[in-house]
Amino acid sequence: MADNSENKVEPPSRQYPDPAVKLKKEVGTTGHSWDGIEEYDNPMPRWWVWIFIITIIWSVGYWVAYPAWPGIQSATSGVLGYSSRADVANELAEFEARNESFFVALVDTDLEDIRADDELQRFAVNAGGSVFRAQCSQCHGTGGAGVQASGFPNLLDDDWLWGGTMEDIHETIRYGIRNEDYPEARWSEMPAFGQDGLLDDEEIDQVVNYVLSLSGSDHDSALADAGAENFEINCASCHGDGGEGDYFIGAPALNNQVWLYGGSPEAIRHSIYYSRFGVMPGFANRLRDAEIRAVAAYVHQLGGGQ
Amino acid sequence: MGILDHHKKIETHATLLLVLSFLVVTIGGIVQIVPLFYLENTIEKVEGMRPYSPLEIKGREIYLREGCYTCHSQMIRPMRDEVERYGHYSLAAESMYDHPFQWGSKRTGPDLARLGGRYSDDWHVQHMIDPRAVVPESIMPSYSYMLDRVLTQRDAEHVRDIMSVYRMLGHPYTDEMMENAVSDFFAQTDEFGDPVADRYPGAQQRNFDGQEGVVTEMDAIIAYMQMLGTLVDFETFVPDASR
Repeated sequence: MADNSENKVEPPSRQYPDPAVKLKKEVGTTGHSWDGIEEYDNPMPRWWVWIFIITIIWSVGYWVAYPAWPGIQSATSGVLGYSSRADVANELAEFEARNESFFVALVDTDLEDIRADDELQRFAVNAGGSVFRAQCSQCHGTGGAGVQASGFPNLLDDDWLWGGTMEDIHETIRYGIRNEDYPEARWSEMPAFGQDGLLDDEEIDQVVNYVLSLSGSDHDSALADAGAENFEINCASCHGDGGEGDYFIGAPALNNQVWLYGGSPEAIRHSIYYSRFGVMPGFANRLRDAEIRAVAAYVHQLGGGQ
Repeated sequence: MGILDHHKKIETHATLLLVLSFLVVTIGGIVQIVPLFYLENTIEKVEGMRPYSPLEIKGREIYLREGCYTCHSQMIRPMRDEVERYGHYSLAAESMYDHPFQWGSKRTGPDLARLGGRYSDDWHVQHMIDPRAVVPESIMPSYSYMLDRVLTQRDAEHVRDIMSVYRMLGHPYTDEMMENAVSDFFAQTDEFGDPVADRYPGAQQRNFDGQEGVVTEMDAIIAYMQMLGTLVDFETFVPDASR
């Protein structure tokens, strides 16, 4: 440590009056003295006082203009008649009015004819896309690709469960699948072949291999051959002799590599043993007709529309 | 400025300042809060609201226990963007059986006021096990352990105790509801059981978590989520112009 004592400089003596002395004369102190410490009694800054006064005046105006004072039955409603609920209703009505011609056209145009009208189709795809992202994307994915092997179908391919025409898609969106909210909901139920004892473990293994063979996946041919008969008896009535599936009862096609719940032998075994019961909510009470038709148009043009 | 000189007496007297400040705050509080207790349009008259069923109460208790409210609000504000995304704005009547209410202004996740019926039970189960499996951009933690936490007679009896407290607070639980609280608790997960909807109109009754033979916390939380915002019949609702 360097010794700095030699460099010590005396502070210069004051050449000007102590400002504290001047202040003390002008504003005075509160009169208290604690250990020689005194407190100036400065007035509030002028701007601060004025803003304070203005806010008080402002509040009186606010009471008159806006809902404010509670009475016996209800509160004063204010001369401006402001209501947040009326506001949102008006705002919704305004956008409704702007798009009204499209909404009316969407409802009036036959579903199959929507895409023939370029302008209407463009509106439907954009409006449907935004509804899709708010209402459908959580299950079917933001881009419509579904969730692999989890029972949430990919909407980009042309493998449909309940049909891929505009009519079919529209119907599915309206009433949903296997839900309790709509009697019109699409409904079918595959038996739980293992759980309900319809097939034993060995037979299920055989059917699993037969199902794998239908799609050209790796399988044990001996087991598959043995499973053919049970497939014909138990499965073919819904899934078709060649596993082509059936839109009418929502039976998935088994003759391709698109799997709703996964195409591994274990996943297929689980499907046969416990069955699957995919549910989709209906949107007839949640969205209005024009929006449902717009979503149908959006989904239809994603790639797999028939 | 004569009156301001008198104000100095308050400023220089700590106890007087404390007492008068308290008085001012009290008046302000009373003017804001008390009218809500008697004004007739505080809670709208709506069709369809009912107190929670026993299993739904358990689901709500789990919702509170897990702090779901720290990320999810249950209040759709009367704004176009919210109404378009979530549905009809929330009504005071829809929280009338909530102690405490689950409103909020901070949303890390989406608002849940109208979650009911939007997704399938299976979606909820998968989402609770691994939120990112179904919503890749989600930052919600996993709650898969709820599938393993079996609810027992004791849980049902605890819910019955909660119901008796709610009843004390004025929720319209009838004697019949109280007597059947424990059996309703278990019956709501069995679609062939005694219909819970007889006592709780609109109650959904099925095996929510897909696990046979056991009632778990997953059943309770999904039963609760599937009824959120589904009770009020909006076809009979007329907005009060003075609100």
